[in-house]
Amino acid sequence: MMDMAQYLDIFVEESRENLQNMNQALLGLEKNQNDMELLDEIFRIAHTLKGMSRTMGFDNVGNLTHEMENLLQSLKEQKIHINPNIINVLFESFDKLESYINEIADTGSEGNISADDLIEVFREILNLEESDKQSPTEKASALTESEKRKDPSVTIKLEEFARDTVHKAISEGYSCYKIRVDLNPNCMLKSARAFIIFNTLEKDCEILKSSPPVEEIEDEKFDLSFELIILTKLSEKSIQQKIMDISEVEQVIIERIVLDKNIKNTVQSKKEDKPDHQTELSKHAEHSNSEDYSNRLKKAKLGKTVRVDIERLDTLMNLVSELIITRSRLADIDNFEKRHSNMNEAIEYLERITTNLHDAVMKVRMVPIERVFNRFPRMVRDLAKELGKEIILDMSGEETEVDRTVIDEIGDPLIHLIRNSIDHGIEDPETRKKLGKPESGTVRLTSYPDGNNVVIEVEDDGRGIDIDKVKSKAVQKGLLTEEQAENLDEKEAVHLLFQPGFSTTDQVSDLSGRGVGLDVVKTKIESLGGVVEVKTSPGKGSTFTIRLPLTLAIIQALLVNVGDEKYAIPLNSIKEIITIQTAAIRKVESQEVVLYRNTTLPLLRMKKILNVPCSKENQEEENLIVVVVKKGDKTAGFIVDDLIGQQEIVIKSLGKFLSNIKAIAGATILGNGQVALIVDTNSLF
Amino acid sequence: MNINTHQYVLFKLDNEYYGLNIHEVRTIERVSDITRVPNAQDYVEGVINLRGDVVPVINLRKRFSLPQIDLDEDARIMIVSVEDMTVGLLVDSSSEVLQLSAEDIDTSANFSSNIENDYVIGIGKDGDRIIILLDLKKVLFISQSENG
Repeated sequence: MMDMAQYLDIFVEESRENLQNMNQALLGLEKNQNDMELLDEIFRIAHTLKGMSRTMGFDNVGNLTHEMENLLQSLKEQKIHINPNIINVLFESFDKLESYINEIADTGSEGNISADDLIEVFREILNLEESDKQSPTEKASALTESEKRKDPSVTIKLEEFARDTVHKAISEGYSCYKIRVDLNPNCMLKSARAFIIFNTLEKDCEILKSSPPVEEIEDEKFDLSFELIILTKLSEKSIQQKIMDISEVEQVIIERIVLDKNIKNTVQSKKEDKPDHQTELSKHAEHSNSEDYSNRLKKAKLGKTVRVDIERLDTLMNLVSELIITRSRLADIDNFEKRHSNMNEAIEYLERITTNLHDAVMKVRMVPIERVFNRFPRMVRDLAKELGKEIILDMSGEETEVDRTVIDEIGDPLIHLIRNSIDHGIEDPETRKKLGKPESGTVRLTSYPDGNNVVIEVEDDGRGIDIDKVKSKAVQKGLLTEEQAENLDEKEAVHLLFQPGFSTTDQVSDLSGRGVGLDVVKTKIESLGGVVEVKTSPGKGSTFTIRLPLTLAIIQALLVNVGDEKYAIPLNSIKEIITIQTAAIRKVESQEVVLYRNTTLPLLRMKKILNVPCSKENQEEENLIVVVVKKGDKTAGFIVDDLIGQQEIVIKSLGKFLSNIKAIAGATILGNGQVALIVDTNSLF
Repeated sequence: MNINTHQYVLFKLDNEYYGLNIHEVRTIERVSDITRVPNAQDYVEGVINLRGDVVPVINLRKRFSLPQIDLDEDARIMIVSVEDMTVGLLVDSSSEVLQLSAEDIDTSANFSSNIENDYVIGIGKDGDRIIILLDLKKVLFISQSENG
């Protein structure tokens, strides 16, 4: 068969999108069972999926979607009525399809996943009605073999997915034909003969589709004829000749496929003696056509889009980063030549342009967080059912945009937080009723930009976090003494939850409670340069707030000297820069602090934390430069030796080998080519 | 080329010859400014700017517990990569590629050397000299488990 590998990526991407849309539509249908438009949408998408997968030769997917289609067709015609059982079965089949797609994405083939049990269920449901009502599109194949042989028409259909391929090929000078090959009844090894025919054709043509599918032909699951759709530059006559030259071939019928742009799927060469089915077909095509049209109109209003390969975006991003480094170098050189005002102007202009370019490229990488959020309704629904709770998921701010890399990483932590809320936070309906709360618990997911950051909040109206329980668990685990536990305020107590191995549930459910989750959530978010905080109110609920920096690769930083070494501190974590007198430093429980603006500011000596070799003799200066850093609501002062200045820097990763260096978030290359390390202030207090 | 021969990039540490499979070696660079990385293993000399990428450099003398010397003009940083990790190895000198066939390599476990047997795949013989062939993964990964 022709090499479908090049289409694999597109297939996987589009299938995933289709699955997502089907899920969404079914969720809607579940809430409003009479919504015929949603039912139509699911049917339409299933049909598209079937076509695509058959074209790609994924017959398991094709078969499953075919059965789904049958079921949906019956629903549309009101032969059976929708009920929760059917909805569950459909959800199950979406999941099965998803696992097929994942397998295909990983290995390029469908693998051994079996959907037989699901297909059984589908057939059972349909058997409640008359089973001889087939969808019109399959009627054609019900012709008996002998009728078929007399009938000189080729009924193989060109699926929608393949239409684009065909269009493109035709514009490049190829022709598209459908061929029916009838083998001699005396032919002994039919599949071998078919193989020879395929081979012969493949020398000069591309075989797009075969009916029955290749697998069935190889297994000899066909009577005496099979049909193909091919692309070639040869003429009809020469193709026909080539096949007729092969022995045991009795008849070859070829027809050219001319794509009429207005008709969606079926291209049937001869309108035979079944006019009513024909009109049904064209009606179906028209109806779905107009629906498609209105959908397309909707999409067009949202803005024209282009699918871009992530690698290209990354390349673009790298180039802009390099441009910024070079710009810094120019600015450095220029420092010595202040009298050339032209040079100054030009450099300033260059700076503005590069900043604009940088912003533009960052915007290209931004993706609405909806991409991540749209998984949740389905997940929450399944979870709620499993746990026997009633949950309303309220999402807002889905249009907030975040960097693409964030999208990939933020999903898991959010899933965990939502699961926590549903599992631990929200009480079961009875308890809620007794407490005078609405029986359905609400999980509110919001997202909004806040200065240089993006904020994502997961709020629930459940039972809140039991601070005392947390404290006692911590004492139990030996993380603190009882005394220390007493002295903890609410914030600090709640932060204990983020310690590795911490969990206050006595039962470990399948989802959460193993004490692994919140720690991993915190680490993941901090690795993205963000912070996570919790606010809780016993009996009323809890709110988890995640704050992430908007751009990841290029940031503003403060360059400082510590000893003889240069370090960069991200500007958006700096609250202010102050000088203090050494004499003003006090010690509280072996932690150096200074009284500043009526608060105790803990002090950290960078020289010590970074183990910088001391070359200077004078250890104790009278005045010290302190960079006050903030992390959420907390602040700390970092003592440095010198300030160099503010600079825009490009964050470079330290690589896999040095992935876990304490206190270091990455590196940057300065204008002079030197490497400076970026301090990870978040991890130091 | 005979299937049984492999090419090895040779380098010197403390007057002994070592070899790495050529497929693992990307480039050999002169020593440029190395920026210290705090809180890393002591054999991590630091990081360098390799044409826009930040690459960590391992001081092989330290890694193999050999005495430290000052770097001279011959010192090189061999940029190696394995399992999509790119790392630089600081060596005394490196300038040769040698082809060794399986017969020239002695893989028996017992031989004396300054290095623990673990990192060594075998001993190559080329005329008078012996070349200690290293398992790059072990040189880097054993370090990994210590990284914690």
